[in-house]
Amino acid sequence: MMEHFPFVAVVILISLGVYALMFKRNLIKIVIGVCLIESGVNLFLITLGYVKGGIAPIYTHAPDTRMVLPTPQALTLTSIVIGLATTALMLSFAVLIYRHYNSIDAKNVRRLRG
Amino acid sequence: MKEMSKIVRTITNILYSFIIIFGFYIIMHGHLTPGGGFQGGAVVASAFALLAISYGALKIRRMLKKENFSVSECSGLLAFIGLAFLGISTAFFYNFITGGAIFGNIPAGINPGDLNTGGVIPLMNIAVGVEVLSAIGLIILYMFTAGREVKE
Amino acid sequence: MNKKIGFLAFAVVFVFLFLSAIYMHPFGEPDETGMDDYMIRGYYNETQDKWVGGAQNETGANNVVTSVVFDYRGFDTLGEATVLFTAVAGVGLALRRRKK
Repeated sequence: MMEHFPFVAVVILISLGVYALMFKRNLIKIVIGVCLIESGVNLFLITLGYVKGGIAPIYTHAPDTRMVLPTPQALTLTSIVIGLATTALMLSFAVLIYRHYNSIDAKNVRRLRG
Repeated sequence: MKEMSKIVRTITNILYSFIIIFGFYIIMHGHLTPGGGFQGGAVVASAFALLAISYGALKIRRMLKKENFSVSECSGLLAFIGLAFLGISTAFFYNFITGGAIFGNIPAGINPGDLNTGGVIPLMNIAVGVEVLSAIGLIILYMFTAGREVKE
Repeated sequence: MNKKIGFLAFAVVFVFLFLSAIYMHPFGEPDETGMDDYMIRGYYNETQDKWVGGAQNETGANNVVTSVVFDYRGFDTLGEATVLFTAVAGVGLALRRRKK
């Protein structure tokens, strides 16, 4: 099990995020849960491409060994920016909900009103 | 948000220009060292966040205006799409500046890098860097000045 | 009652994720070949070796990740820039002030 340790760390991050998403009632805590799930997925993407004893895939002043796979790092860059966009939109919608209902509890903002 | 004390404002006045220059260094050397457009744009936007925190929500509206950020974000995105369309004779997103006199020879093997041999990639880095710094700066400004004052 | 069903669902999801993490390929050897195939072939993944070996010659940049982001997979970068632009438009729509 010790050689799978980064994957177990990813599972711990994702399950903490799912717990905060399912069992908390404050809207800001739900947004924090989604942000944790995104961080776990980004870590998983990077750990898929590791080669044992490899260096970063850059040719400037590089030692002469194997290089890590470059494509998962490129996909993780895109995923981080999309996570930023999602978090910004969710937080601004939380501000709008607070202005309309005057409460930030997820049980009070259920009925279609007004 | 209220403004912070005199010590914080003095240090911010000294420090924010260095952060902006460091962010532009990361953007410019994107094809030689780790970094690139997105990372350097995020570093420059953190300088705007430092200014916004230390000066408060009332004074930041006079220092950073939203219309300038909006113009630079749209021009960055249009420059990126324009650079992608310029190589349309072979394919979309084709790298059409390689070799030649001004742009140098393509290096081979392990070397310290030259700044001008990347083809169309450094120009794309600058366009994406300008777009990302304006976008994140706009998000910070909108969220900072969205509150209302309540007198108790 | 609802909380009990919620806890049961969370436990099922956690056990499923944990078992799938234990049975993955060992960390450090991608592309499930094992060491004997790697000794014969000499590379882990064919496309990645073509890109890492030829990125300096074809694109002219020393940074392989930047040339993957902007040259080999440039269309994804265009989609990402569009998503960022749309997010800023949405935040500006939600948090605006009306002049009285």
